Amino acid sequence: MSHRIRFEGLDEVFECRNNESVLVAMERLGLAVVPVGCRGGGCGVCKVRVLDGWYHTGKMSRAQVTEQEEREGYALACRLYPDGPLVLQAIGKLVRVT
Amino acid sequence: MALTGVLRPGFVQIRVLDMKEALTHYCDRLGLFEVSREKDGRVYLHAMDEFDRHSVILREADQPGMDRMGFKVRTEHDLDLFEKRLRDVGMEVEHVEAGEQPGVGRRISFVAPTGHRFDLYAEMEQSALPPMTHNPDVMQVDPKGMGVQRFDHCLLYGDDLDGTERVFVEALDFEVSETVTAPDGTRIASFLTCSNKAHDLAIVRHDEKGKFHHASFLLEDWSEVGRAADIITRYNISIDIGPTRHGITRGKTIYFFDPSGNRNEVFAGGYSYYPDNPRRNWDADEVGKAIFYYERVLNDRFMGVVT
Ligand code: FES
Ligand SMILES: [Fe+2]
Repeated sequence: MSHRIRFEGLDEVFECRNNESVLVAMERLGLAVVPVGCRGGGCGVCKVRVLDGWYHTGKMSRAQVTEQEEREGYALACRLYPDGPLVLQAIGKLVRVT
Repeated sequence: MALTGVLRPGFVQIRVLDMKEALTHYCDRLGLFEVSREKDGRVYLHAMDEFDRHSVILREADQPGMDRMGFKVRTEHDLDLFEKRLRDVGMEVEHVEAGEQPGVGRRISFVAPTGHRFDLYAEMEQSALPPMTHNPDVMQVDPKGMGVQRFDHCLLYGDDLDGTERVFVEALDFEVSETVTAPDGTRIASFLTCSNKAHDLAIVRHDEKGKFHHASFLLEDWSEVGRAADIITRYNISIDIGPTRHGITRGKTIYFFDPSGNRNEVFAGGYSYYPDNPRRNWDADEVGKAIFYYERVLNDRFMGVVT
């Protein structure tokens, strides 16, 4: 079973497997919609906002997603597990070094 | 005379989001051994080639990162001397009672200008499973996972790099073995040693205080780095980069993340440092080679992903 992930304003649509985080699915498919950091809910670079859809999350650093933000649909893509199709907005940034 | 004063990095206390996942990672994958779990929830771990009781302390918290890093000094008397010298360079020094960590004597503690807390201590109980000393075999127990030999160093990110460097050099007798410098002369990275190793502590300039880049563990050689990479892929551990080599320190390395997003390194090799060696410096426009010698470019994660 997999779920369709769409980012607002982007044409790219991809499928995320059950029990697979949105970030890992994106990476596995060779897409680069959201920056990839620690993949462990710690660094915050993969931050997104869920605009629509059902989901659950794993543990995320409180320094990256506050309780308030969590209620407003913010999540870390590496800890975001879809329970149905999702529409997301990319938030996280990674400083470019080159 | 062998080493005096500050001997080596002795422990690092790391915050993790989930203790069970963290223990699988640090014990089964890296190969640390669990020493004890205390009432406050902290779990103490030991690497197979260390004589002291523990070197890694895990604490469950709602945000990952590093709580503190401890350096072992040679004598009790050194603690008093360093306390005075730390105060002389403007550090506030706190006392941590003996036993705050099981088996550890009194500590002195200060927050460096980059916002990181460091402890110094002279006494730690010996491990119940230390390396052998009588007709010593190369190992006392079979290695697990990557089979890391010891906790080796940390790389930390913070704003006042010059301030922290000054404290370690002026108050604690560290030497700066290697640096990265911007065209305007600003120091971007500083590699500090208190020993014969290329580094015992590294600091990179960063706009936020108190950030943790990685804790590093020693392997024996390049083939063990390759085997660590096999384990990383086999168990789907979050990889950062490598196996590769650092231009700085020349260590052969692999970077990856624990399940809470804290970066780890396992590495082998690196040059020997002597205090009469001239300092090595890299220009900022060669920083790719300095950090990742084979790729010759930084990945975006190196500068931007910390806990
Ligand atoms: S990649 Fe670090 S929090 Fe998601
Ligand atoms: Fe390192």
